Amino acid sequence: MLRIETGPAVSQGPGLATLAGAKRATADARLAMYRQALRIRMVEEEIVARYPEQEMRCPTHICIGQEAPPVGVSAHLQTRDYIFSAHRSHGHYLAKGGDLKGMIAELYGRTTGCARGIGGSQHLIDLKVGFLGSAPILASTISVGVGAAWAAQRRGENRIVVIYFGDGATEEGAFHEAMNFAGVNRLPVVFVCENNLYSVHSALEIRQPRHRTVKEIGPIHGVESLAGDGNDIDTVWQMAEYAVRRARSGTNPVLLEFFTYRWKEHCGPGEDLGLGYRGKAEFEEWQARCPVAGYRKVLMSEQILQNDADAGMKDEIAIEIDSAFKFAKASPFPAKEEMMRFVFPETRRLGNLS
Amino acid sequence: MTYCAALRDGQAQCLAKHPEAYVIGLGVPGPTGIFGSTAGLVKQFGANRVLDMPASEGGMTGVVLGTAICGMRPILVHMRVDFAVLAMESIVNQAAKWHFMYGGQMRAPITVRMIIGRGWGQGPQHSQSLQAWFAHVPGLKVVMPATARDAKGMLISAVEDDAPIIIFEHRWLYNVTGSVADGYTPEPLSGARVLRQGKDITFAGFSYMVLESLRAAEILSRLGIDAEVVDLRCLTPIDADTVGRSVKKTGHLIVADTAHTMFGAASEVTSIVVERNFADLKKAPLRVGLPNAPTPTTPALADHYYPTARDIATAALTILGSSGTLPPEPPSAHAWHDVPDASFKGPY
Repeated sequence: MLRIETGPAVSQGPGLATLAGAKRATADARLAMYRQALRIRMVEEEIVARYPEQEMRCPTHICIGQEAPPVGVSAHLQTRDYIFSAHRSHGHYLAKGGDLKGMIAELYGRTTGCARGIGGSQHLIDLKVGFLGSAPILASTISVGVGAAWAAQRRGENRIVVIYFGDGATEEGAFHEAMNFAGVNRLPVVFVCENNLYSVHSALEIRQPRHRTVKEIGPIHGVESLAGDGNDIDTVWQMAEYAVRRARSGTNPVLLEFFTYRWKEHCGPGEDLGLGYRGKAEFEEWQARCPVAGYRKVLMSEQILQNDADAGMKDEIAIEIDSAFKFAKASPFPAKEEMMRFVFPETRRLGNLS
Repeated sequence: MTYCAALRDGQAQCLAKHPEAYVIGLGVPGPTGIFGSTAGLVKQFGANRVLDMPASEGGMTGVVLGTAICGMRPILVHMRVDFAVLAMESIVNQAAKWHFMYGGQMRAPITVRMIIGRGWGQGPQHSQSLQAWFAHVPGLKVVMPATARDAKGMLISAVEDDAPIIIFEHRWLYNVTGSVADGYTPEPLSGARVLRQGKDITFAGFSYMVLESLRAAEILSRLGIDAEVVDLRCLTPIDADTVGRSVKKTGHLIVADTAHTMFGAASEVTSIVVERNFADLKKAPLRVGLPNAPTPTTPALADHYYPTARDIATAALTILGSSGTLPPEPPSAHAWHDVPDASFKGPY
C-alpha cells in the first residue's frame, strides 16, 4: 500500500502533458518567464562564444535546450526558499536570482566569483537568494537538500527546498536514500529531474528499465510524482505550481520529471553530433521544440509579446551580459594565500545561516 | 567514569547546552544505545533530539550535512567504522569540501562518531581502523580520544567546531575508567599529551594503543627502562612537535597505531619526526600496527594479528640494544585473548 496517493493524472512521455484544470500564469508572469529563459539562453550563448578563448578554465556544462524547468519552477519560489543543483546549474542559479557577475567571474576563476574562484562552474552559490550550492557528483546534493528541508521542517520555517538533478542521478543510491527519508518525514521538498535522455554519452534505455519512468520511482518512496513536457514553460509552470503548493503546505514531497534535451556536448561549448551517440533526426526534433523560440511564438500569437518588446529585451540582456564579462575579466585572481584560507573554518560560532 | 559513560555524558552536555545539537544513527535511541554510549539519552532529551534513521549511511550523511549547513549541530553515529565506508562520498567529496569549495561561505559542522570493533570474531568487516583514509582528506579533522576525559571533552569540542570532525572510538576502551570532570568540559581538538614521563625511549600511540604503550612502559620499568608515553590524540592536526621534543630527550621512538602499519598514521608520525629530528634519533624508529591482512575472525589468529604491550616492550629492548628479558607473562585469567578483559562476554 502506498502511503500517499499519486497526484492528478497527467499524461506521461515527451508529449504535451498538461495538468487538467490547472491555473495558468498571468500575462505579466509569462512575459517575465520568457525574459528569464531568453536571458539564460543568451548568457549560455555568450559563454559558448567565449569559451574557446581558453580563459574560462573549468568544466562548464551548458544548459541550452533546458531553460524551461528552472524558469517555470523558480517562478513559484520566494527568496527564502532554497535551491540545490548539480553540474548543469547555470539556469537554476540565474532563474533563482543568482548574481550574473558573480557567476561569470567564477567561471573566470576570479576573487569576485560567487565562490571566490575556488569552485568554478560546478560549484555555484549565492546565499543572498537561497541558491545553496551545486556539485557535480551525481545525486550528492540531493541528500544535502533533503537535509536542508528537514532542518526547515524541524524549526518550523516557512521554506521549501527545490533540488535539481538529471536522469543519471536517479540511478544513484543516494537519490533513493534521500527520497525515502523525505517520504518518511513528509519533507517540504520538490525534486526536479531534468530527464535529457543521456548521462554524458550513455543513453537512458541502456541505463534504466524500459517499462518504468523516473516518475514511477517517487510513489514507492512516498513522494508524489508528476511527469511532463520539460520544454514547455507553461507546462513546467503548472506542474511546479502544484508541486510547490503541496510542498509548502507540508502535505508531501513531490517529484517532477521533465522531459527535455541538451543541445551542446555534455561538457563544453561544442556540438557533439559527430560522436554518433545520438541521432541527427532526434536532435532536430528536439531543436524544433526549442523552449525559448517556442514560448516566444506562443506569447506573440497570444499578443502578450510584440516584436519591438522582444528586441528591447534582447538589447537590455546583451548589455547586462557584456557588463558581467567585463567585470569578470577586470577582476583579480586569488592570491597564493587563498589556497589554504578555507580548508578549515577559522572561527567558532553556533547557528549559521539562520 | 568509564570511557563509554564519558561519551554519553559529552553528548548529554551538548544536547543540554546547544538547542541546535542532535544525535542520530541506527540504534541510537534503541534499547542497547550504541554499546551504552547513547543509553537513556532519548528519555532525557526526547525523540526529536535523539533519533534513529533509515539504514542509509550515505544518504543520511548528506542529510545531516544539509542540516549542518543550515546551522544545526548533528552527531552522527556509526556502530562500526566499516558502515561509514558507505558514506565516503558524502564525507569526502561533500562535508570535507563545502567550506573550501564555496570560498568560505559554507560551514559543515558535523560530528561523526565511528567505533572500531575488535575481538569476539568481529572479522574483516566489523573491525577496521580506517582513520588514515579520513586524515588524508584536507578539510576533515580526525581525532582518536584514548582517555575518558578526552572522550567526553573532544566530543564536546567537536560539536562546537565549525569543521566536520570524525571521532574514532576504540571498542576496547569503552570499559576503561578515568577521571572526568563534571559539566561542560571541552578538550582541545589538537595537541598530543604526555601521559608518562621517561628518558630512555618514546612511545607515541593512538587510541587503544596508548593503553598498550602504557602497559609496555610498566613492563619495561621493571627492567629499569624508563619509557615516555605520548597520547597523540589527533591525526589532523598531527602534533609532531610534542613527539619531537620527547625524542630530543630519549633519542628513540616507537609509534603504535590501531590500524595497518602500511600507509597509516604511524608512518606519517614517523616520517615527520625523521624529517625534523633526524639528528636526535640514535636508532631508526619503529612502527607497531596491524599486519597487511584483513582481520581474521577466528580467535586462534587474534593473538597473531593484534600487537600487544609485550610486542611494544620487546621492540623497545631491540631498539635500545638491551640484553634484558621481559618478565614472564602472568597466567591469563581467560583462555582467549580476543576480549580486553574477563568482563567482556560474547556476543558484543
